Amino acid sequence: MSGSPTPAARPPDARPPALVVEGLHKSFGRNEVLRGIDLAVAEHEVICLIGASGSGKSTLLRCINLLEPIDAGRIVVEGQEITARGVDVNRIRRRIGIVFQAFNLFPHMSVLDNVTLGPRKALRLPTAEAEGRGRTLLRRFGLEERALDFPDRLSGGQQQRVAIVRALAMEPDLLLLDEVTSALDPELVAEVLNVIRELAAGGMTMLIATHEMGFARDIASRVCFLDAGRILEDGPPGQIFSAPREERTQQFLRRIVEAGRLAPPTSSG
Amino acid sequence: MSLSGGPLDPGDTLHLRPGGSWTGGSSRSGDRGALRSTAIAAASTVVFLFVVGWVVVNAPGWPAVQKSFLNGRIFAETFGFIDGSFVWERSILRYVLVNVALFAIAECLILVLGLFLAVLRSLPGPVLFPFRAIAMVYADVFRALPGILVIYILGFGIPGLGIAGVPIDPFFFAVVALTLIYSAYVSEVYRAGIDSVHPSQEAAARSLGLSKFQALRHVVLPQAVRRVIPPLLNDFIGLQKDTVLVSYIGVVEIFRQSQIKQAATFNFTPYMATALVFILLTIPLARLTDFLVARDRRRAAASAR
Repeated sequence: MSGSPTPAARPPDARPPALVVEGLHKSFGRNEVLRGIDLAVAEHEVICLIGASGSGKSTLLRCINLLEPIDAGRIVVEGQEITARGVDVNRIRRRIGIVFQAFNLFPHMSVLDNVTLGPRKALRLPTAEAEGRGRTLLRRFGLEERALDFPDRLSGGQQQRVAIVRALAMEPDLLLLDEVTSALDPELVAEVLNVIRELAAGGMTMLIATHEMGFARDIASRVCFLDAGRILEDGPPGQIFSAPREERTQQFLRRIVEAGRLAPPTSSG
Repeated sequence: MSLSGGPLDPGDTLHLRPGGSWTGGSSRSGDRGALRSTAIAAASTVVFLFVVGWVVVNAPGWPAVQKSFLNGRIFAETFGFIDGSFVWERSILRYVLVNVALFAIAECLILVLGLFLAVLRSLPGPVLFPFRAIAMVYADVFRALPGILVIYILGFGIPGLGIAGVPIDPFFFAVVALTLIYSAYVSEVYRAGIDSVHPSQEAAARSLGLSKFQALRHVVLPQAVRRVIPPLLNDFIGLQKDTVLVSYIGVVEIFRQSQIKQAATFNFTPYMATALVFILLTIPLARLTDFLVARDRRRAAASAR
């Protein structure tokens, strides 16, 4: 496996990594979407997954959340193998939050009920406690006034912030963000990215699939370039964006620059 | 109109005048146009009814039909107005209460059994195949069988078995038969509703750690049921009418009672009275269905903006 990615350096302390993915394969029918993903994420790390559409970013996130059964390999979260047989998937999912591109808010519930559904039903918190937790989070992200509104009354940016709050209300150890700004009007992207920046500053461990290259360069501790179901290149954002080693990475970034989605490497420090 | 035209269809500009709206021609000319449409509709309705009425009244057999179907005295008597006073015991309205009771009890049971069957049919995985198969066969069989056959077979067959503890009351079997028949239809309606909820909704619920059942209970079903309320009400209009079928196993309800009156008077007017009762009974449900459909459409339009 000459093209296999370099495993991430393990942090020196004894705590197990937040997430380890080893040899992950996933096919949909004859279409092999993930062809051996190896990835380790330390606590408080923010990993940005970049790559063309269809390179496997979303599928990787869905596999880590156990929304898709995997074909081969294993996924370990804080020392526990979550892809092992007999694991309680509901219990695992409570520790791993995911935010989707299309928000996927529950349209028949108020914002507050959206946010508290998980804590009430999955964590079995008393309603008062769940609502206290929900309102605190909504206030933190400037959404407290929308608590009793239904999702269709909110802008796309607000809906996506609510979706992030909904995931945070479970107090996850790991947050997966699947192209969370791709469905938004351009002027609404910043408010969502700011929320993610704040979470990163607060030490949240995150795995972010994104097309926002400038954002990835700013926020990521590491950037992984996915190509045809493999992590082709994995490194600090400075290196990936200004001195990509792999030919495919260079091609991909050249197209991104041409599309005006990223300043050329020369201008980045 | 704008739907067929390209982005620069010149017709579009007409609809964008100040005060105009996207609803098209009639509202563009304001209240005057609406008034004119209403007047035309009223006039054409009157003309149509007049023509139909003229054809019927001038048919060669009209006098005989009028006597045997539209006898005013028998009509009044059927409703219990006898010699100037109202006699509840002899009114068919007393017997329509049996139909209403049948309808009300069966409807509650159908809502539960239909939902149960729909959920059974949406269970995943190969292990649960037998349950899916049972629900499928059930829906196939009870939709295939003419309702009257189910009512006959249950109403005469089961009491004939003489099993201890099983009631022999025809009303009981009427409720059971109608429930079995209509649950098959209603389960299909529910299933369509469940299928119409996008899988991403269930994924979102499961990603929060909710179990499959919790996701169904709190996220999928509430949305599914809301969407199928209009078609459900439509099925219940059918059920309301089909309550007359159980007269054949000996339930004395409004249709049976009008048959009795017909036999006593050698006149078909009691059937016309019964027909009127069913029309009056159905209109509220039909209008409620229309209202809910219109409201859903408005809401969909509002959230698409």
